[in-house]
Amino acid sequence: MQKQIVKIIKEKAIFLVLIAMVLFFSIVTRTFLTVDNLFNVARQVSMLGIASIGMTFVILLGGIDLSTGSIITFVNIITAYMMVNMGMNMWPAILLTLAMCTLIGLFNGFAVATFHMPPLIVTFATQTIFAGVAYMISGGMPISGLPETFAVIGQGYMGVVPVPVIIMIFAFAVGGVILNKTYFGRYFYALGGNEEAAELSGIKVKNIKMLVFALSGLFGGIAGIVMLSRTNSGQATAGRGYEFDVITAVVLGGVSLSGGSGKMLNVVAGVLILGVLSNGMVLMNVSSYAQMVIKGIILLLAVGFDCVQKKGLVK
Amino acid sequence: MENSVLQLQHIKKTYPGVVALDDVSFDVARGEIHALIGENGAGKSTLIKTCSGAAIPDFGRIVVNGNSFSSMTPQLAMQNGIAIIYQEFNLVGELSVAENVFLGRPVRKGIFIDNEVMEEETRKVFQILNIEIDPKTLVKDLTVGYQQMVEIAKAIQQDARILIMDEPSAPLTGAEVESMFRVILHLKEAGVAIVYISHRLNEIFEISDRITILRDGHYIKTVPTKETSADELVMYMVGRALTETYPSRSVIKNQEVVFEMQNVSGNGDKNLSFQVHKGEVLGLGGLIGAGRTEAAEMIFGAAPIQSGKMLLNGREIHPRSPREAIDLGIALVPEDRKRQGALLGIDIKSNINMAVYQSISKASLIDTKTETKTAEKYKEELHIKTPSLHQLVKNLSGGNQQKVVLGRWLAANAEFLIFDEPTRGIDVGAKYEIYMLMNDLLRQGKTILLISSEMEELMGMSDRIIVMSEGSITGELSKEEFDQERIMNYASRVGEGVG
Repeated sequence: MQKQIVKIIKEKAIFLVLIAMVLFFSIVTRTFLTVDNLFNVARQVSMLGIASIGMTFVILLGGIDLSTGSIITFVNIITAYMMVNMGMNMWPAILLTLAMCTLIGLFNGFAVATFHMPPLIVTFATQTIFAGVAYMISGGMPISGLPETFAVIGQGYMGVVPVPVIIMIFAFAVGGVILNKTYFGRYFYALGGNEEAAELSGIKVKNIKMLVFALSGLFGGIAGIVMLSRTNSGQATAGRGYEFDVITAVVLGGVSLSGGSGKMLNVVAGVLILGVLSNGMVLMNVSSYAQMVIKGIILLLAVGFDCVQKKGLVK
Repeated sequence: MENSVLQLQHIKKTYPGVVALDDVSFDVARGEIHALIGENGAGKSTLIKTCSGAAIPDFGRIVVNGNSFSSMTPQLAMQNGIAIIYQEFNLVGELSVAENVFLGRPVRKGIFIDNEVMEEETRKVFQILNIEIDPKTLVKDLTVGYQQMVEIAKAIQQDARILIMDEPSAPLTGAEVESMFRVILHLKEAGVAIVYISHRLNEIFEISDRITILRDGHYIKTVPTKETSADELVMYMVGRALTETYPSRSVIKNQEVVFEMQNVSGNGDKNLSFQVHKGEVLGLGGLIGAGRTEAAEMIFGAAPIQSGKMLLNGREIHPRSPREAIDLGIALVPEDRKRQGALLGIDIKSNINMAVYQSISKASLIDTKTETKTAEKYKEELHIKTPSLHQLVKNLSGGNQQKVVLGRWLAANAEFLIFDEPTRGIDVGAKYEIYMLMNDLLRQGKTILLISSEMEELMGMSDRIIVMSEGSITGELSKEEFDQERIMNYASRVGEGVG
């Protein structure tokens, strides 16, 4: 009985942390617990949430994707360029961009799966490449003058709910279905836990790895579109360092860096914790530099917790 | 014994949930070879660990040369002349033999390492051991047999007076075992006390002076080698006579060929030709490294063949991945259950369905009813002991893990099953269950290729045995011809005299 309670607390610890944080900021600030601000938090985390879905898959396989930030930047520039400089319509531009992002991810997966290159290095290389490509296309200048209809994606509302929040919820639902209801999801867990045994169970390991990185590219791309629409101009620095936040959220959500275990719902909690924290700290007038320090410490704690728990299981 | 150099007195060691050692006493004398035997999980490894300092006993004393300790540390063990040679060598392949012998305590000249002195000292040790290895050779270029000699030399150079060897013959060829024996006997004459752990009873009879048997963490008996027999030892080890170990089955005489290899080479094997008949168990015997697992990998599509043909039910097959082999109705229960077989971090239900997920999904969505039904079915059929199908496989016992792996292949409708060391690391009771399940499969008309290094198991379960050595088939025996010595002979045929 007692063991079960401990087990439940361990599994749901992330939600307790989230609730504690909400309570804390509700007490110390007057403005945190208002409908407006809560929607604000949700809107702020929408891009982080969307990108974290693909990252969850990659980390679940024991990999990592450092290219997410650059993909977001690349999306900002290329979509804006296609719409503004080439006069393309919104939807073809978006679909073409997402296709490109998926291909970038697919390339990452191909290099990792076929040549057994370490994901850290492969995605670090593509990160550098596409940050450079974004600069080359834009010349470092922001691209503005996006069509007005495009702004709906990042700034619009459906009733009282911001559109990006709806996109995030939908994306999380899709992510959850992939992970829990499709056979791919089972393969992700199998492969992340033990690649050799997975292969010998008949899983085509290469294909699954490529799929996972391609999905990471796609979700990163969607996050990039939302960001472009929110800021209303393509910036060559838009996604710089964004992968760091995404990885923090996923690890905070309890997805083990060594692969094989993690839950989508807990990643949602991880994303919300980061969002609540940033928002709350702003309301408390914590400087952005101090925020960086705190975020770094949180990543350390999350990873530390994961490693300590792993060790506990071994014994 | 009066001249004991190492005495373990009433050692007790518990791990959470298990008593690994319960009141075990053991001693070894100067110049004695004392064999330690027992089934897997009998407590041999834990006993060694208490000598090396890797395990702290809950109770009991360790007496070395008259000094009594309540527990050891690695440093203390070394200072007292205890050296242990594990199955996994502690060698660095990229360094020379001499550097390995002096690993961790190099001879220095100023800030530099004095290779000449180290090489000279190493040469001296090899002279004492009466073996010839160039101290300048890189360890990775040596055969496994010679690598073991380097391990022994390392121990001797550190002035070890008590040498504990854990399954030293397991990775060696027949000829290599012989030369290791020469070295051990040499050390024995020099007064070194040797604790020799092995599964191979014939070796123990050849070399040991006394034998101690452990079973389930309990001390059973110590007997002088001259006064016992293999039957008696087996009885002490398993707690009953061996004849009960293998369930009987009616022999099916069927000439229908299910699987055939014709002159297949590849993956280190040369020119393999054999047939497996429907409903039979074809045993594949040989020493570790004989190329049996490699043959299994080719059949299962995990490694490509270079030349020759493979036929399944008379049709030529070319499986290029395990997936394709599975779709052809072939299954592999791999050698290393924890690394290659069971998916430890996920639950029983997913494990059993892993090979069929794609076919029970519509538009990528899993049909969860079928998923549960399949898992439920094989849980019942294979008597998998678990409170729930959601149990993670790592929480199951070895025998139950193996049943889960088997369930996966039955769910995939495999007709031709390859069992590679299916009962390794599984306790005696569960072994018997696995054998019964194999018999059930045969009754259902399935066909089995059994790779086993355990001679008793191989002879007990097979209808026919082919023996491999160094990548080739060296002999075949029908049931009437089964004989341990003949198999050993075939198994070390090519390797003879190569050393």
